Amino acid sequence: MWEIRLHGRGGQGAVTSAELLARAAIAKGKFAQAFPSFGPERRGAPVQAFVRVDEKRILKREKIYEPDIVMVLDPTLLDVVNVAEGLKQDGIVVVNSPQSNEELKNRYNWPNVAAVNATRIAVDILSVPITNTTMLGALLKASGIMEAKDMEEVIMDRFGPKLGPKNFSALSKAFEVTNIN
Amino acid sequence: MTKAKGLEVSLAVAEAVKQANVDVIAAYPITPQTHIVEELSVYVANGELDAEYVPVESEHTAMSASVGSSAAGARTYTATSAQGLALMHEILFIASGLRLPIVMTVANRALSAPISIWNDHGDIMAERDIGWVQIFAENGQEAYDLSIAAFKIAEDHRVLLPVCVNIDGFILTHMIEPVLFIDQKKIDAFLPPFNPALTLDPKKPVTMGPVGVPEVYAESRKQCEQALINSREIVAEVFDQWGKTFDRNYKLIEKNGPDEAKSLFITMGSMGETTMTAVQELTDSGESVGQVRIRLWRPFPKKEFLNAIAGAEELIIIDRALSPGSHNGPVAQEVKALLYDEPVKPRVHNVIAGLGGRDVTVKDFKKMYAMSRKNELDPNYTIWGVRSDA
Repeated sequence: MWEIRLHGRGGQGAVTSAELLARAAIAKGKFAQAFPSFGPERRGAPVQAFVRVDEKRILKREKIYEPDIVMVLDPTLLDVVNVAEGLKQDGIVVVNSPQSNEELKNRYNWPNVAAVNATRIAVDILSVPITNTTMLGALLKASGIMEAKDMEEVIMDRFGPKLGPKNFSALSKAFEVTNIN
Repeated sequence: MTKAKGLEVSLAVAEAVKQANVDVIAAYPITPQTHIVEELSVYVANGELDAEYVPVESEHTAMSASVGSSAAGARTYTATSAQGLALMHEILFIASGLRLPIVMTVANRALSAPISIWNDHGDIMAERDIGWVQIFAENGQEAYDLSIAAFKIAEDHRVLLPVCVNIDGFILTHMIEPVLFIDQKKIDAFLPPFNPALTLDPKKPVTMGPVGVPEVYAESRKQCEQALINSREIVAEVFDQWGKTFDRNYKLIEKNGPDEAKSLFITMGSMGETTMTAVQELTDSGESVGQVRIRLWRPFPKKEFLNAIAGAEELIIIDRALSPGSHNGPVAQEVKALLYDEPVKPRVHNVIAGLGGRDVTVKDFKKMYAMSRKNELDPNYTIWGVRSDA
């Protein structure tokens, strides 16, 4: 089972990312859960969302305390929140950052890193610095849970004919350029 | 059967209510129930569901309007949570006393104060004695399935009682997970149109709910009580029919894990799945432990429950609500009262866990088990996870 924790700020779409990933996994015949850290939402405040993906039925309803993967939408969170809290020993931090994997690894002492400059990709393709769909591309590449194309249908369904293709293109770009470690 | 769809459980419940082809929805939004009635209002607005949507000004009116519409012969649905359910309180008894087959989702949430929007069973436990059939769903699929089955149970002329389907607030309502939907045609075949026994009709005026003088009140209450007790059999029958028709089997009481397990966790609602993971891990390490889920809470299925726990030496009963000033939480009270008449009684531990949305994890269940083995749990009840600095 993959246990994934998403970090973002209120309004950046972490909860949407979690939902899209779970929906795509379910559409592919897998079992998945996606849920927010329930509570009042404030724009700009650090938020978490959670995803579980498995090949068999998931019998667990608790938050994710020891994730296999952590995904960080906003680089400004790195010095505010310990995003790697509870991360498994061989876990991966998938992070939106202009810095290299090496730099981040040295600075934060994470076991595995997959950094991508998602803000740049999002601004180039979507014309806004909203990285939630872009980062899903990096997450899929780093984890191997699914292929980028497996996200296309839910992305189109969620964002419609105007924004859907752009979001999928941003996701695909991140999938293409992300490397782990 | 089609492929599972990933969506928020609230939306699956709204779909179930739409597919049950309700006539009237009277509802007031309250977290965490809101997404259900919000989605239903969209269905009504865009014409997908031909129903009257009454956006009332309070839950008291939501239930009052439901009583009126059900009495007029309309298939009626509402949903609420916590303080909203409490505000319905007096009308809930009228719905059952008048034998009106209203279906309501309770997205279980803790009662204030302090204000909590998060899950526990305090809301429905304060309404245990309303005379409704009360069912607890464990996951999104059950929430969908049982929301449809609820209408069939309620409207059966041997029942004619309101039914409430409990789904844990947030833990289920706001969860994206896979749900298998059923074709509308199959649902229509399973759930025929509502055929009320008696309706309000200007052409044939009747009075419903007049004064029950001392000479008739007890008989009237006895009839409702008997109807509720009798409904156990019809709930089982409808579940059975559901299994045969849609290939998903539900029991009033469900036992999981090894048959001969010496210790049994007793759970209601969404906690049961997490418990099962703990049971599996404990069983793998050689412990003799299982789990019994209570799906039907009212009427309490005594026979099925006693069968399920037969042979167990120890019960760890998890309550998700306090019964202030009592010896135990509500579920443990129920079970202990039942055991009084039994010749052989298992030891009973009562853990009150998950109040106000506190996470209850696999580790917690394993710790409860370890403590029960060492007799470290309080003889009456233990409120789980209370910080010692509090």
